[in-house]
Amino acid sequence: MFEMAKELLRQLFKKPATNEFPAKHAPKSVLKLLEKVSKGKARLNPPIPVPEKFRGKIDYDRNKCIGCKLCIKVCPAAAVVFQEKERKIKYICSRCTFCAQCVDVCPVNALTLSNEFLIADYKRD
Amino acid sequence: MRLSRDKNSFKISVGPVHPALKEPIQLNCLIAGEKIKSVDFELSQAHRGIEWIATRRNPIQILYLAERICGICNICHTISFCTAVEKIAGIEVPARAQYVRTMGAELERIHSHLLWAGVAAHELGFDSAMHYTWKAREKVLDVIELLSGNRITKGIPTIGGVRRDFEEKNHAKIIEAVEYYRSVFGKLKAIFLDDPVIKSRTKDIGVLTKKDALTLCAVGPTARASGIARDVRQDEPYAAYPDFGLKAITPDQLTGEIKGDVFDRIVVRLLEVAQSADILEFCVKNMPGGKIVYEEKPIKLLAQLKGVHGEATGRLEAPRGEVFHYVKLVGEESPYSWKVKPPTYSNLLPWIPMLEGEQVADIPIIAASIDPCMSCCNRAVVAENNENVLNHDMLHRLSVEKTENIRGQLA
Ligand code: SF4
Ligand code: SF4
Repeated sequence: MFEMAKELLRQLFKKPATNEFPAKHAPKSVLKLLEKVSKGKARLNPPIPVPEKFRGKIDYDRNKCIGCKLCIKVCPAAAVVFQEKERKIKYICSRCTFCAQCVDVCPVNALTLSNEFLIADYKRD
Repeated sequence: MRLSRDKNSFKISVGPVHPALKEPIQLNCLIAGEKIKSVDFELSQAHRGIEWIATRRNPIQILYLAERICGICNICHTISFCTAVEKIAGIEVPARAQYVRTMGAELERIHSHLLWAGVAAHELGFDSAMHYTWKAREKVLDVIELLSGNRITKGIPTIGGVRRDFEEKNHAKIIEAVEYYRSVFGKLKAIFLDDPVIKSRTKDIGVLTKKDALTLCAVGPTARASGIARDVRQDEPYAAYPDFGLKAITPDQLTGEIKGDVFDRIVVRLLEVAQSADILEFCVKNMPGGKIVYEEKPIKLLAQLKGVHGEATGRLEAPRGEVFHYVKLVGEESPYSWKVKPPTYSNLLPWIPMLEGEQVADIPIIAASIDPCMSCCNRAVVAENNENVLNHDMLHRLSVEKTENIRGQLA
């Protein structure tokens, strides 16, 4: 592994290829670290921006929606359900595959893509 | 096929969940000492019923289902499905969309082959080489992000074209990635192909002769490493490949000889990374202008597809070999039938001649050398010897019977 050894030595002097964590080492107490940051005594590495065409959580504008059900027709994951009474839809993020097909199809642009990706939660909706 | 034991041999089972195999399959090897005498495997440990689900979905929804057949070669399955539907409906795909599809497929090939090279290095115990190749793989994921916004699952091809474009402003970044892979190729070659330890672990190991490869219908890099110069992109060019004029890669182009061993499979995949870089450069330089999709409104498209009858196939060269999709539309919302044959399905039987006569310690690298992707090829479940399978009800009944027995004894 002579070639590999050379390459590894070279890598030693390079910047890490991975993105940086907010703090280099896991702090003993996250709250204390945040407190320090708010006082300006510590600094967090900023998050990496999402790519330009990123498809995150779908934003739904209830007022614009005309209840045409086209999004339901194309959604591969049954992540959009129709509410008969209000003639509006409900978007279920935990089922969504973020394909943005519903965004492409909506005739009144009631559905839009957001950059939001931190969607883990204890509740399903 | 059943393995017959005698008193000098042992049967060992590898899988369905096993550290040496990243995917669910059960390999049953009959061994005498360290030597593998015969091999059998049991497929379909992760059946998902994808084809059945598709008969309840419309073609637009199936795009995303097809994409989930395989994590890595996702774009190949979607393009294959689209090709079949386009043939039935007589839809012509705009030239620019063909180029975007080709670029997506080639980016995926680089990504898949580098991922594989890392896994192979890991199986051999070279973890630093694994991390190095996976670091190199990050670049191609960045380029995929430029197209689709995501790293792996693209969601880009649609029936009659593609949904997003590779705009001119991103072309410089693609060329930069092409240059990067050309420089990395030299290094990977030195790390994988000139290293004496890797050579001795892979040369003459897991040999698949040309004859065996032909009889067992091996496809993709596995077949090409055994000297079969077959490649769908060369034999039946689709998308932008007719313009490029691709030649199938065989290991003798680098080493001057064809042995069909694990080493040759590494050679083929590394050469294909370089070839994909060439194709990408060609596509960027010759990208035609114009529309990227035949019909922009998915609902109109669905209405059109609802009126067509017919059957067709779509085939293309995925990173692991030929992908084959069969679709039948009968003028309804959902297809009447959809059949998928992924490359791993054809590459499993060659495992038998590869493994026989080798040592137990070679199982991981030989198994990995075809770049298996199991969940892709799980199309059916066969429950054999049904009386021996204990389902929940039977188990529960046994348990209740035992309790009653004990109660009877105690009373
Ligand atoms: S993004 Fe895709 S999966 Fe999510 S709601 Fe829209 S159509 Fe359904
Ligand atoms: S496609 Fe748009 S307008 Fe129609 S139901 Fe869905 S969100 Fe509402």
